[in-house]
Amino acid sequence: MFGYSMGDIGNIMVMQGFSGLSMFTVLLLMALGLAIIFGQMGVINMAHGEFMTIGAYTTVMLSKFAVQYNIVNYYFIFAIILAFVIAFAFGYFIEFIMIRHLYKRPLDTLLATWGLSLVMQQTFRSCFGAKEVSAELPEWLLGSFKPTPDIDIPINGVFVMGLALIVTAGVYIFMYRSRWGLRVRATVQNRVMAGAVGINTKKVDRVTFALGCGIAGIAGAAFTTIASTGPTTGTLYIVDSFMVVVFGGAASIMGTIASAFGIAQAQSILQFFMTSSMGKVSTLLVIVAILMVKPEGLFASKLRK
Amino acid sequence: MSTLNRRGFIKAGGALVGALLAAGLITTNAFAADFPTAKVMTTGLAVTDTTVKVGILHSATGTMAISETGSIQAEKLAIEQINASGGILGRKIEVIQEDGASDWPTFAEKAKKLLENDKVAAVMGCWTSASRKAALPVFEKDNGLLFYPTFYEGLEQSKNVFYTGQEATQQILAGLDWIAKEKKAKTFYLIGSDYIWPRTSMKIARKHIEQHLHGSVVGEEYIALGDTQFGSVINKIKLKKPDVIYAAVVGGSNVAWFKQLNAAGLNSTKQTMLTISVTEDEVLGIGGENLTGFYSAMKYFQSIDTPINKKFVAEFKKKWGDKSVIGDVTQAAYLGPWLYKAAVERAGSFDVDKVQAALPGYVLKDAPEGPVTVEKNHHLTTKLRIGQWQKDGQAKIVYTSAYIKPDPFPKGYQ
Repeated sequence: MFGYSMGDIGNIMVMQGFSGLSMFTVLLLMALGLAIIFGQMGVINMAHGEFMTIGAYTTVMLSKFAVQYNIVNYYFIFAIILAFVIAFAFGYFIEFIMIRHLYKRPLDTLLATWGLSLVMQQTFRSCFGAKEVSAELPEWLLGSFKPTPDIDIPINGVFVMGLALIVTAGVYIFMYRSRWGLRVRATVQNRVMAGAVGINTKKVDRVTFALGCGIAGIAGAAFTTIASTGPTTGTLYIVDSFMVVVFGGAASIMGTIASAFGIAQAQSILQFFMTSSMGKVSTLLVIVAILMVKPEGLFASKLRK
Repeated sequence: MSTLNRRGFIKAGGALVGALLAAGLITTNAFAADFPTAKVMTTGLAVTDTTVKVGILHSATGTMAISETGSIQAEKLAIEQINASGGILGRKIEVIQEDGASDWPTFAEKAKKLLENDKVAAVMGCWTSASRKAALPVFEKDNGLLFYPTFYEGLEQSKNVFYTGQEATQQILAGLDWIAKEKKAKTFYLIGSDYIWPRTSMKIARKHIEQHLHGSVVGEEYIALGDTQFGSVINKIKLKKPDVIYAAVVGGSNVAWFKQLNAAGLNSTKQTMLTISVTEDEVLGIGGENLTGFYSAMKYFQSIDTPINKKFVAEFKKKWGDKSVIGDVTQAAYLGPWLYKAAVERAGSFDVDKVQAALPGYVLKDAPEGPVTVEKNHHLTTKLRIGQWQKDGQAKIVYTSAYIKPDPFPKGYQ
C-alpha cells in the first residue's frame, strides 16, 4: 500500500493512536481546572494559563535544587504536589482580593483577569528572566518504551496520561462523591437557596476557584516534560483550554472529557493525513460548525432556565 | 555677540586640545575638535561636540524578549567598548533604548519616535522580519539608518538598512551541499514554523535539493507558532524515513519538537537533522541532551577558536554574567555599532547619505566570526559554519565554508 510495508503501517497506526491519546490527556489536563472555574462558577479566568506557568516555574526551580542535592530521580512527584499547593494558595488569595468582588459582573472579570495575566507575565519576566528555561528531567521520564523494535511509545506521554487520569478521577470524586462537591453543585444551581440551607457560599466559591487554579498548577508541572517554560507560556495554552471547555458544554465535567477526546483525535488524525496547520484549521472549522448547531456545547447540563 | 564669543571659546578650547593631542597627552585617534559638528553633521541629527545619539530598538518585553535580549546586550557591549576607545569621531555614543514589545506596529511607532523626536543618528534594532517590515517605511521616509542583526529570508534591500546577519541563500545552500555530500543524503523532510522566514527558506531549500542536488523532498510541513504537539508529524517522518530532516522551527515549539523527537526514539544516532533555527540561545531552553549530535548551519558559533572570538566571549561574559551564551544573532548584533563607527569615520560625517555611501566595500577585520565585507547590496559576505551540538550546549564546528557573497534576490530560487 503506497509503497510501505504492512508492518510499517501497523507500527505507525499504533504510534499514531498513542499520539492521539497523548494529545487528549494534555488537552484534558489543561481544561480541567478551567472546567471547574468557568464551567461551575461561570468565572471567565483569562489568567488560567498563568496559573499553569506558576506550576511550571515551581517545577523548574525545584529541579535546580534537585540537581544541587543530587535527587533528580525523585523530585518530580514533590514538584507536582508543590505546584498544586502554590497555585492553590495563589488562587485562594486572588479570589479573596479580586474575583469575589466581581461575581455579579462577568464581563468585568474577563477584563480583570486579563489584566491579572499581564501582571503575572511581567512578574515572571522580572523574577525568572525573559529566556525560556527547562526543568532537569529524571532519567526515568526520558526516552521511550519499545514493545517491538519499531514501535516507540514516549515515556513522558505515558506519564502525562497517568497523571491526567489520576487528576480527573480526583476531580470527579471531589465534585460528585464528596460533601464539598455537593455544596459546590448546590451553590452553582441556586446560590440563594444554598445559602438559605446553611452552605457558606463564599467559602465554597473561594475553595472552588483555588482548586481550579491548583489543577492548572499540576498541568503546568506536567507540561515541563513536553515543552519549555517562559513568561508567556500560559498564553499558548489558554485558547485550547477555553475551546475544550466551551465545546464540551461549560457546566459538565463529562463534556470536557468527551470534548478533549474528540478534539485531540480529530486533530491528530487530520494532522497525519494533511499538513499540520491544515489539520488544525479543519478541526477548528468542525468545532465552529458544531457549535453553530449546538451553541450550548456537546453535553449541556439540563437546567430549567 | 555672546554666541560668537562662545563659538570662539570652543574654537580656542579645540585648539588647546589639539595642542595637547599633538603633545601626545591625549591618545585618541579621532578627536571631536578635528571634526567640528557643523562640518560632520548638516541634517539636524542629535550630534553635539561630545556626543552622538544612537537608538536601540528591540523587544525587551513580550514573546520575542527571549530572543532579542541577547542582541540588546551585544549592542550595549559594543557601544561601551567604542566609548571606552574614544567614541565615534571623538563623540561618545549616547544610547536611547526603546521597547518594541514584540508588537510590530509598536516597532514602527518607536522608530518614528527615535528618528523624528530624538533625531538619533542610527538605530540598532528589529529582530523578526515582521518587525523590520513594519519599521522599514519609517526608516525610508525619514531617511534613517538601521542595522539589522537577524538571519532572514532575503528578498529585501533598502538603502536605509544594513543587514549584519545572513540572508537565506547564504545560510541554506552551502549547508545543504555539505550534508548531501557528507551524509550521502538523497531524501529530505522539510519542517518549519508557519510564517514568512521558514516558508521562504524552505522554498529555496526545495529548489536547491531538487535542481542542484538531484535529491527529493519527501515531506514539507509547517507548524503553527507556539504549537507543542508533534506526535502526528513525528509519525509521518518515521513512515517516510528521510535521510535528513531540514528544520526551521522557532520559539516555544522548538523545545517541544526536540523533546518529543527524542522521546519518540529519533535521536541523532538514528536520524540526521540539519536545522537553521537553533543557536546557543535556543539550546538553553531545549537542553543540550535533547540536541546532542544534531547539526546547525550558522555563520557564528560561540566555540569558534580564534583569539578575537575568545576575547569577545570573555568580555561578553564579564559584562552580562558567566552563564550567558552567545548565539549567531547576538554576534551579528555586536557588529552593528562597529560597522556604524567605521562608516562614519570613513565618511568623515554623520550625515546618513554619506554614511550609506561610505560603508560598502569596508572590511571589518576583527569581527568575532572573522573578517566580513560589506557589499553594495548592504549585506555582508560571510562564511557558513556547520556545528554539531554537544551535551554541554556548545557546538563542535565540523565544517567552515569559503566566503559566500550575499544574494538577497537569488535567481532561479523564487
